[in-house]
Amino acid sequence: MKSYFALILAIAVIIGASFLTPMINDYVLGRIIYVGIMISLAVSLNLINGFTGQFSLGHAGFMAVGAYTSAIVTTYLSVHGFAMAGFTGIVGFAVALILGGVLAALAGLGVGIPSLRLRGDYLAIVTLGFNEIIRVIIQNLDFKIDGTDYIGGARGFSVLPITTFTWVFIIAAITIFCVENLVNSTYGRGFLAVRDDEVAAEAMGVDTTKFKVRAFVVGAFFAGVGGGLFAHSNFHITPLDFTFLTSIDIVVIVILGGMGSTVGVILAAVVLTTLSELLRSVPEYRMIIYSLLLIILMITRPQGLLGPATMERLMRRRRTGDQATPQKPLIAPVEG
Amino acid sequence: MKLRTVTFSPAISILAVVMAFSLFISSCKTAGGPAGNDIPVGEFASLTGGTATFGQSVHNGDVLAVEEINGAGGVLGKQLRLVTEDDQSKTEDAVASVQKLVNSDRVIAVLGEVASSRSMAGAPICQQAHVPMITPASTNEDVTKKGDYIFRICFIDPFQGQTMARFALNSLGKKRAAILTDVKQDYSVGLDEAFKNTFTFNGGVIVSEQSYSTGDKDFHAPLTSIKGANPEVIFVPGYYTEVSLIVRQARELGIDCPILGGDGWDSPELTKGAEKEFNNTFFSNHFATEDPDTTVQSFIKKYQDKYHAVPDAMAALGYDATRILADAIKRAGSTDSVALKNAIAGTKDFPGVTGRITIDKFRNASKPITIIKVVDGKFHFAQRIGPNGEALTPFQP
Repeated sequence: MKSYFALILAIAVIIGASFLTPMINDYVLGRIIYVGIMISLAVSLNLINGFTGQFSLGHAGFMAVGAYTSAIVTTYLSVHGFAMAGFTGIVGFAVALILGGVLAALAGLGVGIPSLRLRGDYLAIVTLGFNEIIRVIIQNLDFKIDGTDYIGGARGFSVLPITTFTWVFIIAAITIFCVENLVNSTYGRGFLAVRDDEVAAEAMGVDTTKFKVRAFVVGAFFAGVGGGLFAHSNFHITPLDFTFLTSIDIVVIVILGGMGSTVGVILAAVVLTTLSELLRSVPEYRMIIYSLLLIILMITRPQGLLGPATMERLMRRRRTGDQATPQKPLIAPVEG
Repeated sequence: MKLRTVTFSPAISILAVVMAFSLFISSCKTAGGPAGNDIPVGEFASLTGGTATFGQSVHNGDVLAVEEINGAGGVLGKQLRLVTEDDQSKTEDAVASVQKLVNSDRVIAVLGEVASSRSMAGAPICQQAHVPMITPASTNEDVTKKGDYIFRICFIDPFQGQTMARFALNSLGKKRAAILTDVKQDYSVGLDEAFKNTFTFNGGVIVSEQSYSTGDKDFHAPLTSIKGANPEVIFVPGYYTEVSLIVRQARELGIDCPILGGDGWDSPELTKGAEKEFNNTFFSNHFATEDPDTTVQSFIKKYQDKYHAVPDAMAALGYDATRILADAIKRAGSTDSVALKNAIAGTKDFPGVTGRITIDKFRNASKPITIIKVVDGKFHFAQRIGPNGEALTPFQP
């Protein structure tokens, strides 16, 4: 009950805050929206990589499915005379995003069932390959809306810019809500069990393959929705926006935030996106400084900015005043 | 159940704090108007990333032009100030760059991009903010369809493809063509379509259509099947990195017919180590360095003095774009966006390095195309073809 209340409160705050957005410079607003999208993407990848311990490099592939599906839906609707503003706009965009998410989830199921019997590096390679397959399919897709080729293969797809602050942050809140409640439910212990010790989990009767597929399907759904938001904030998308490098950007956020810590991942999404934006003024050194900071952060905080162990320690200290909790390893066994 | 409340509320509260903080920070930032003593001109270019060579060349051309204009007293008694943003060859960064230029730096006009996809991402922002945008080298037709504030000073993909098809038919007298397209590049696909349509419409036959992707290294499979179809000419509208390997491997396989391409071939890297193999190849380009025209030669000299390198077409286009903008500001007599837009649209017979440039009613440049012949690794002028496909000079084989 308490968490539903928090979600409703968050949405109320977001809607309240959205009244302030006209006061903001479009450039800053655009960047805030981008941070929000990265939060959705990173939190959903965290379900796969952080909580379930499956190393996926295919998140941009799911994003691409969601981006193109939702863009096709909104383009179709606007070509057929539905105004993409006001009430019809809200309904149309919601339908587009959900359809994008569902198709991405189906793609997650498709990649999950055959490949999730693999582990570690092998799975990473399969998901990487999947990402590239999706990209190449979109590049060669011959799909026309009323005889016009909007998707345009490598030429790219001009998308209506209808993503707003409100959409992005409500969806970020819903993503956080779903992922957090899923892994912290009795049922969700299965994800953590798969991560912590797959053999032991299997011996305890946890169907590990099913849990992995579920993580992929849910993660892919939110990646698809995030992809839809991305497409509608970017004016023009091309298959090159969804290469495995984009996947790696999201993986970096998850690892830097702390695998399996939603708060850490959100913090990392904000810190990394802002950092990259602040370094814009020094283009020659941008990648050098950015990469150096990543290396330093990884050396000084291998458990991530706010890993699950850190979070737990902070919480415990606050509750009991307990001072000397020993440092826990990165992947700590979870009691429960 | 304990963990549930413990971990959930910080997640949401962090989100709320982040939002509140970012809103606070941004609302503190008051956007200033254009500074009094100079005219800010925005530029977004791929200074790093996949197409960094193009972005850096354009940037060099822009900088050279701005220095020259400022050296001659600036425009309207003010100096031009070039505000450059690197988009790392990514569309999402192009969006951020243009939003920054338009909203934070308050530029009066935007120059950029080379890649059409990034220009298409930036154009709607400029259009919405009523800031004129001039793209020096985006050849995709749809870029200038984004609105009446979007201009281009290079020719468009179809024109290049059509010209090469006519060149193959009329100047070279070839009737059977094969095409090898880079399916990953919108540019390549655009040239391919235009070439195919014009070539077949004018009585030619496409005997084989093969494809590859940017980053491929081995082209023996498509080239072998092209060889089997026995074409008289091959059209390879790709970028120089792959084209360099394609031509080498084609000659290895014994394909000795002429090979044609577009302006993506233009790079000193193209023929490195394959000078002999590149004989009997032609490509369309924006300008030729050996053109005797004084505008061209003085540009080359200035560029070499500053950068100690021979300028490529991108540098020439960047230089032209900046000078056309300065010329339009002068004619408009102010930096008011509507007046400036109308002045750019009214550009007529501007003597650019890349030919006489007239902006047509679709805000595209109407200008001649230069065909380059590669001889022992050197680029030689072969023919100039006018905006309507007419040969302006005889073909020099």
